Amino acid sequence: MTTQQEIPVSAVIAIQVENESGALARVIGLFSGRGYNIESLTVAPVDETRHQSRINIVTTATPRVLEQIRAQVERLVPVYRVSVMTKQDAHVAREMALVKVIASGERRADALRIAQAFRAHPVDASATSFVFELTGATDKLDAFIDLMRPLGLAEVSRTGIVAIARGAAIL
Amino acid sequence: MNAAPHQTDLKPHTPGTDTSVVQTGAEVLLRVLSEQGVEVIFGYPGGAVLPIYDAIFRQNAIRHVLVRHEQAAVHAAEAYARSTGKVGVVLVTSGPGATNTVTGLLDAMLDSIPVVCFSGQVGVPLIGTDAFQEADTTGITRPATKYNYLIRRADEIAPSVHEAFHIARSGRPGPVLVDLPKNLMVGPAPYTAPPRAPHPSYQPQTEPGREAIARAVAAMKGARKPLFYTGGGVINAGPEASVALRRLVEKTGFPCTSTLMGLGAMPSDDRRFLGMLGMHGTYEANMATHDCDVLIALGSRFDDRVTGRLDAFSPGSFKIHADIDPSQINKIVRVDVGVVGDVRRVIEMMLEEWDCTPANPRQPIDLAQWWHQIGEWRGLDSLGFTQDMTPGAIIRPQYAIRRLHELATATGRDTYVSTEVGQHQMWAAQHFGFDRPNRWLTSGGLGTMGYGLPAAVGAQIAHPDALVIDIAGEASILMNIQELSTIAQYRLPVKVFILNNQYMGMVRQWQELLHESRYSESYSAALPDFVKLAESFHGRGLRATCVDELDGVITEMLAHPGPVVADICVAQEENCYPMIPSGAPHNQMLLGPGQDDEISAEGRMLV
Repeated sequence: MTTQQEIPVSAVIAIQVENESGALARVIGLFSGRGYNIESLTVAPVDETRHQSRINIVTTATPRVLEQIRAQVERLVPVYRVSVMTKQDAHVAREMALVKVIASGERRADALRIAQAFRAHPVDASATSFVFELTGATDKLDAFIDLMRPLGLAEVSRTGIVAIARGAAIL
Repeated sequence: MNAAPHQTDLKPHTPGTDTSVVQTGAEVLLRVLSEQGVEVIFGYPGGAVLPIYDAIFRQNAIRHVLVRHEQAAVHAAEAYARSTGKVGVVLVTSGPGATNTVTGLLDAMLDSIPVVCFSGQVGVPLIGTDAFQEADTTGITRPATKYNYLIRRADEIAPSVHEAFHIARSGRPGPVLVDLPKNLMVGPAPYTAPPRAPHPSYQPQTEPGREAIARAVAAMKGARKPLFYTGGGVINAGPEASVALRRLVEKTGFPCTSTLMGLGAMPSDDRRFLGMLGMHGTYEANMATHDCDVLIALGSRFDDRVTGRLDAFSPGSFKIHADIDPSQINKIVRVDVGVVGDVRRVIEMMLEEWDCTPANPRQPIDLAQWWHQIGEWRGLDSLGFTQDMTPGAIIRPQYAIRRLHELATATGRDTYVSTEVGQHQMWAAQHFGFDRPNRWLTSGGLGTMGYGLPAAVGAQIAHPDALVIDIAGEASILMNIQELSTIAQYRLPVKVFILNNQYMGMVRQWQELLHESRYSESYSAALPDFVKLAESFHGRGLRATCVDELDGVITEMLAHPGPVVADICVAQEENCYPMIPSGAPHNQMLLGPGQDDEISAEGRMLV
């Protein structure tokens, strides 16, 4: 066993499943039952004609455990395919956030300025508040939310990561 | 899944749909069961399954066996499946009926036994309302089954039930549950033939890759100290797999050890068979596992009862692991060659490959030294014991099992042995020689006390003329003792052989070894009189209290045409040896009493 096998790394597990009742419960039940960590989770139908959904789970585990996760998830009856994407596997990972800021005067102007720099769009505005929509890598969202904190950050809603491999490779 | 549409909203006619007679959901269910070759259902009725029981009443193709507790229904179905190679079938009602099956389902899951369990459910409109005897059965059983279904529409009944059997028996076998709302059983339902392409996402790989087989056999050809380590997968792969294994062992001349679940694949008296390995395995099997240079795991899964301390497990060997479940490979132990596929095909392909690969002329396979070493280990006779034969002497449990084996063999009858869980189970595994597959019915992975008696019911229903013995302990047997009533009802000539030491023996043994003999709650107080108990359930009760009574009791038990409970009073503080203490490697076995002071603090933490 090499030491590299024992260093935990962050990974996105992309899972193509049959869009059927209980499929998500089977996957997340497997994670909790076997002691694997879920840091974020997204799920949505991606293929209407073949009734398939895609689940993206972000987890941190050693390469050895990641291999086990892949094998354990793959053997679930409604699972078609599983791919594990770590830093080494070229992939794009994005997240969306809706960020509500309640502010007035100087702070309101500052919030708008920073939003522009982050390419966050105001999707709702009132006399006292904004809702910004922001898409990007997780650290970009984190940075934006940190900057909004002193300016009247009131509420955050995030999707969790969706990811896909770069190039022509498909799941 | 969509909201449930109206239940009478049937699909339009499609080819293969028989609409000549309108059938109820319950009738469609039974029709599918017949087509799947089901002959016996083990079950217990209740409100939610009344329509199914009514349909059972009005037909003769399928036999129903009424158990006395739903857990027992699953264990009986497991033993039926394991002893016949067919799928075991269970039918229970909603709520408590379904929750009582959970232990049995998980037992089948861990030992890879094909079982389909049908549970009643409240009507579709009542689901989610906390109705009487409602339970979230699919939620509760999800981690205890290979797959499960909640049927929500009448047109799902036939395809889902067909598919349930396919999933239960294919790939790595396991339990599948189908939850059936009552209104769908009463209302009309369409029949459909088995789908040609069941669940598209479920495609188990059964054919092993040639390349992996070639690499495995190349390593085997270069071995000087090889060892086969075979498991329950060989039994699950059908009797042909055991035939192939025997040929492979013969052809290669390699020694072979087996897990608890794999017993019977090799004849127990074959000179190449080293007995069981693991915590209570033989000295020669464990030493060979530790010292071998090529370890060939076939349908076994490196369970912690087998490996002992992981970082010291078979440290120098090149490891080959063949299993039908890809998630087992590299799960516990990193292996050098992983082969995914049905183990019968793996063994057959290894045989072919062995014949076409020439032996390395510079390095001819010479196992003489290895066999010499094994012979020395064998010489220790790690299963040996001494029975005091003076009249009135206390019976040692090992001796009781040996005599049971000898006298049962002398009857010449086909013999099936089930067990409960504990010391008696290990002694049965060590001392009752199994020569054929599918004859040994025990709860390996889950270790379910109370398994043996209902398992004996299932085996005897499947094999009415065979000799079926439940080797039990006095504590375990009380966990499903109500099945004596099932045995009485169906006049099953099951023999219950209780090794009665008035302790939960394995608990007591661990308390002795790990907790300085503080026997916390492990004494079997207030035991029933098993002789009278047997008689009250219309069977015969026998008792042996000393060695000179043993043979007489066993002989009478075997000769009696009906059910028997034999209460064998054995040495109370006998421990099961040899033993790899928790946290120790294979080459540090305890061979007998007096070596017990070396269990590490780490070992105490392990189960």
